[in-house]
Amino acid sequence: MASKKELIVTKIRNGTVIDHIPAGRALEVLKILKVNKQDRIALVMNVESKKMGKKDIIKIENKEVDEKEANLITLIAPTATINIIRDYEVVEKKKLKIPEVVKGIIKCTNLACITNNDVEAVPVFIKISEKPLKMKCVYCDTVIDESEILKQILGSEK
Amino acid sequence: MRDLISSYDLTRNDFEEIFELADKFQKVRNAEILKGKTVALAFFEPSTRTYLSFNKAAINLGASVIGFSSAEGTSIEKGENLADTIRMLNNYSDLIVMRHKFDGAAKFAAEISEVPIVNAGDGKHEHPTQSVIDLYTVYKNFGTIDGLTFGLIGDLKYARVVNSLLRALTRFKPKFVYLISPPQLSARKEILEELNYPYKEVHDYNEVISEIDVLYVTRIQKERFPDESEYEKVKESYVIDKTLVSKMKEKSIILHALPRVNEISREVDKTPQAKYFEQASYAVPIRMAILTKIFGE
Repeated sequence: MASKKELIVTKIRNGTVIDHIPAGRALEVLKILKVNKQDRIALVMNVESKKMGKKDIIKIENKEVDEKEANLITLIAPTATINIIRDYEVVEKKKLKIPEVVKGIIKCTNLACITNNDVEAVPVFIKISEKPLKMKCVYCDTVIDESEILKQILGSEK
Repeated sequence: MRDLISSYDLTRNDFEEIFELADKFQKVRNAEILKGKTVALAFFEPSTRTYLSFNKAAINLGASVIGFSSAEGTSIEKGENLADTIRMLNNYSDLIVMRHKFDGAAKFAAEISEVPIVNAGDGKHEHPTQSVIDLYTVYKNFGTIDGLTFGLIGDLKYARVVNSLLRALTRFKPKFVYLISPPQLSARKEILEELNYPYKEVHDYNEVISEIDVLYVTRIQKERFPDESEYEKVKESYVIDKTLVSKMKEKSIILHALPRVNEISREVDKTPQAKYFEQASYAVPIRMAILTKIFGE
């Protein structure tokens, strides 16, 4: 299946391949995965894609992305596909869905929310709509939209 | 129901049971229902009537009361976080009534606490026990809450009683709810999106005042406006005076969670529509009923 272009990077024996990441978002996806300096990772950015024009790909050796991480990836890379590899074979294709609950990743935009004012209060958001993406703070009911979520996860970069 | 954090914690059945208990507690002032129990009043933010009415409600039920009525002079001033204060209060009490300046503080406290938490106001978020008092007053005057037209007027954005009342009304079938406010103080969109009854936002009460059965007045606070001249302009157009009352239905009622400043002129106090003092008189029996219900479950 691999095209010549994808062969820049060798196949991995065990781990995860995250494909169809919107071009330029791979670095942010890595942020969610909290990779270590010693991890073996292949990062391919802005390669041609039939479906998407351009896309990014990440291959991580010896790490299987779990359900929670997969769902968080949807927040910034909704088109991504995640394949778990064991002994060079795809053993699982993870179906991505936007998480119902996001804990500790997004901050509440309401400065008077308890989550911004108590060291122990962790922000928790529940999904109230997928298209357009909207999430609500379970503590103060503040609703944040996709652009705010992106802004927070991606930081100041565009 | 272990905790009462939001009006959403109450079903219609809960409201009806509380109303029934409150009827009883208006006649029987002293009951020994909570004898041996301790109610902690944790008011991190100052309050007069909510604090006193919960205090009186707990005493009437035979409970002991401990607590503080402002953060001043407590370990909170030394920088103790809310979670630690709640853990500490868990050692001394069987239920905590709390008021706090931050939105969502009561829900957070409930997650930490081993004893029930009753939200007596968290920032600009909710104040559910006030809504029970509000709707009880409506019920006492009309015998029902269903089928009535409500008008909420004033600051609908920052007034926590508004959020709680709008949510409490989802448990009933109001005919219509008018939300009357200056555009900069209109009700929160996220609250409006949840409502299951017809409502409309209007800026001029003259359009709707003759239709309203229950006019619920909230104070417009100066500090909500970036510039004082804008506040002065708005303030004038949302004062309830006799001229306004003369346009209202004969059987309509005016409610206010109090304290009022000048949003209802004193001349209105003597009109048959003015029910805000009656409303305030229900604070103790309703809070007795709520405490009884929580301990009963």
